[in-house]
Amino acid sequence: MTDLWLGMTSDDILTWLPELWQGFKISLQVTGLTLLLGIPLGLVFALAVQSKLRAMRWSVLALVEIGRGAPALVLIQFMYSGLPQAGLTLGSFSAAVAALGLSTAAYTSEIIRAGLQAVPAGQKEAAAVLRLGRLDTLRFVTLPQAIRIAVPGLLGFSILVLQSTSLCFTISLSEIISRAYDIGAITFQYFPVLMLAGLFFAAVCIPASILVSWFEGRAGAYAKR
Amino acid sequence: MNWTDFLLILHGLHWTVLLTAGALAIGAILGFPIMLMRVSRNRVLRIVALAFISFVRAIPPIVWIFLIFFGVGAGGTGFNPFAAALVAFGLIAAANMAEIYRGGLIAVPSGQSEAAEALNLSPQHRFFGVIFPQLMRVALPTTATYAIGLLKDSAIASTIGVTELAFQGRYVTQMNYQYLPVLGMVGLIYILLSLPIAWVSRVADQKLRSKVAR
Repeated sequence: MTDLWLGMTSDDILTWLPELWQGFKISLQVTGLTLLLGIPLGLVFALAVQSKLRAMRWSVLALVEIGRGAPALVLIQFMYSGLPQAGLTLGSFSAAVAALGLSTAAYTSEIIRAGLQAVPAGQKEAAAVLRLGRLDTLRFVTLPQAIRIAVPGLLGFSILVLQSTSLCFTISLSEIISRAYDIGAITFQYFPVLMLAGLFFAAVCIPASILVSWFEGRAGAYAKR
Repeated sequence: MNWTDFLLILHGLHWTVLLTAGALAIGAILGFPIMLMRVSRNRVLRIVALAFISFVRAIPPIVWIFLIFFGVGAGGTGFNPFAAALVAFGLIAAANMAEIYRGGLIAVPSGQSEAAEALNLSPQHRFFGVIFPQLMRVALPTTATYAIGLLKDSAIASTIGVTELAFQGRYVTQMNYQYLPVLGMVGLIYILLSLPIAWVSRVADQKLRSKVAR
């Protein structure tokens, strides 16, 4: 048993790692479900704010502003402890997915809307000349191009979603940070165990952000043609 | 929720504002040399800056706050929660501001520094007289957007006991159990706080971007 760093031994790492990995799996599950729920909802929001119905436009705009304006931490706590008062009780996992899903939908709706606006107007005009209906124009012409433009932004936001799952610590979801915190509370070795937990995030987020900048470079090259 | 509860929530307002403004100020100052290192010709400086930026941004804010509050603080320095949160968010803001400045630098056309060189301006004059003012015009609106992100992230400081808005909100709910209206009100205050920053960002964007040479 060798002292590696700040009183942390190799045995400590071997006992902590599986525990942290179990927590990280929950963080990844929350991220996956949040994206699965949030991005399609973001697409719906992006289309709904362009709706001709004023009531629709305003209500979706309000949802987007709440999702973007309120801190994720407050949204999570609202879904977990606020909603039961309105008769809807969610477990910590579902509350986390609901809160982060709303915030993801709000942010991605803006990313997708920017993508839709970046599609040249000539594309829509050409589709109209070809007598494509509104739905077909969206489905076959504008949306595929808009999504291609939005991909780097969506990927970049996905990284932030993984990071924000760490906030579920406050609603006692046993994800990686709450496990690291518990280990720290028992062993008083907060620094090394939190650093280890942080490295889990870095191991995913650093390669992912390199991937995002690669995509951005490619998207830039695509736009120049 | 009654008037007293509302005032109790507002008791956290100044800590939220101080934390956001303080971290942004630290970030705006520290971010500049980090950006210069990031674009330096010296490879060692470049890699150090890149490593700092990548690591700080890749690890969630709550981890940095805990690391500084429990990790460094437990070593006997006895950080108070606000100081720990300020240091953590200051570092995070520095990494992000370095990238925002770099974005501004990239947006300045290379013809500008070539023209300054052709006019035989000194390197300092070239940078501070020609490049820097144009860089800031691109960086300022992005900074305002980042300030909103920082404002919302500052709620995380409630986890180590900084008595800012989110903390006060939770404190009030522990007394009256009115989770729905109290947490809703806390969210609303954050949205209201971000509105003027968003407005400044939009106006600055329109005014400043048009003045950057193309």
